[in-house]
Amino acid sequence: MKYVCNICGWVYDPAEGDPDGGIAPGTAFKDIPDDWECPVCGAGKDDFEAES
Amino acid sequence: MRPVEIKDGIHWVGAVDWNCRNFHGYALSSKGTTYNAFVIDDEKKVLIDTVPAAFESQFLCSVANVTEFEKIDYIVVNHLEPDHSGCLARMVELCKPEKIFISPMGAKALKTFFDCEDWPIVVANSGDEISIGKNTLRFYETKMLHWPDNMFTFIPEAKMLISSDAFGQNWATSERFVDEVSKEKVSDLMAQYYANIVNPYSAKVIKTLDFFGELNLDIDMLCPDHGLMFRGEDVGFALAKYADYAAQKTTNKAVIVYDTMWKSTEKMANAIASGIADEGVSVRLMNVKANHHSDIMSEVFDAGAVILGSPTHNNGILPGMADVLTYVKGLRPQNKIGACFGSFGWSGECVKILRGWLETMNMEVIDPNIKTKNRPDHKSFEECYELGREIAKAVKAKNA
Repeated sequence: MKYVCNICGWVYDPAEGDPDGGIAPGTAFKDIPDDWECPVCGAGKDDFEAES
Repeated sequence: MRPVEIKDGIHWVGAVDWNCRNFHGYALSSKGTTYNAFVIDDEKKVLIDTVPAAFESQFLCSVANVTEFEKIDYIVVNHLEPDHSGCLARMVELCKPEKIFISPMGAKALKTFFDCEDWPIVVANSGDEISIGKNTLRFYETKMLHWPDNMFTFIPEAKMLISSDAFGQNWATSERFVDEVSKEKVSDLMAQYYANIVNPYSAKVIKTLDFFGELNLDIDMLCPDHGLMFRGEDVGFALAKYADYAAQKTTNKAVIVYDTMWKSTEKMANAIASGIADEGVSVRLMNVKANHHSDIMSEVFDAGAVILGSPTHNNGILPGMADVLTYVKGLRPQNKIGACFGSFGWSGECVKILRGWLETMNMEVIDPNIKTKNRPDHKSFEECYELGREIAKAVKAKNA
């Protein structure tokens, strides 16, 4: 499932991951470490919501 | 304006933009604005922020009035937006600084604004500090207030917090401090600025205020990059205002935003307004052709209800409404009651489309959505009036 940053609108797609942030493609959002930050705006993981 | 020494050895070197009316291409700044920047004359000399490129000559003159360019050791970049970094490349060239302090997000974005491969960048992590002699500079990241790169610079010895775009107001004045002007006017302009710039990031504002509340910094001067600065008791005033704004409190006020072709929709708007007013709720009628989207957003900001009206035009709504709705939705108003209405000639999609806009902004929609063919008759006016009363009752119940 994709997750959207509530602050800047960037979408986390598990298929793509966030390689620059150390998150390999195929990583589910729930498996991302808690200290990971949105690559666009730096928001925390708790600022994300499941895409509706 | 000439530099002003606002603290011992700390000089305001900003620019006053008396003519600015179009703020950043989206908002109105009907009273102009200022771009605040600072030079600290300490053992290490520091430039904090700059001004738009259009003000370069007067900015260079202001800085030169305080110190020679070559003597500036450090440059602090609190925000990369061009109204604050417009003279940065020129200052780097003239000052040849030993260090340029910028937030982690700023360091990432810097190279997309400037050819800065040989600049002496120092990434300032939140809480990092550096002594410059009598004073210390301490940096705090304030991501998304209102760009990813924003940071605050705190000078503990001077009890001064430079807050970049947060706490700003667009007002061109010869005075530099809030206690020299009408606080009521400052308050209005702060709210307009917040509504049109900071509102989408209200969740961040709350977290930032909590964070600074826990730090319990001793601040007796708060310096935003736009408008007047706060000192003494006014610091608390500014912080309290932001806590209020971020809480997205609504008032017993309704705003009717509408466009009209042959005045049928406008007549419906007037009938709804009468119903609202007769229930004792304040109402503003805002025709989108008479009001800039920025002024409409300023009214929507603290309203309890937003009522949208448009005739059906070519199976859609009038384009002026689409402009306003695109703008307002982006600023993420919260906790609003919504309603919609409009006239039509044959197909009548207007209210369905307007209702869709209300729903995408998570507004609590009051029924019915009133649609009138060609010309409102007595029965439609009664319906509109009753809708107005129902909206007002809902607003009062919500704010009770």
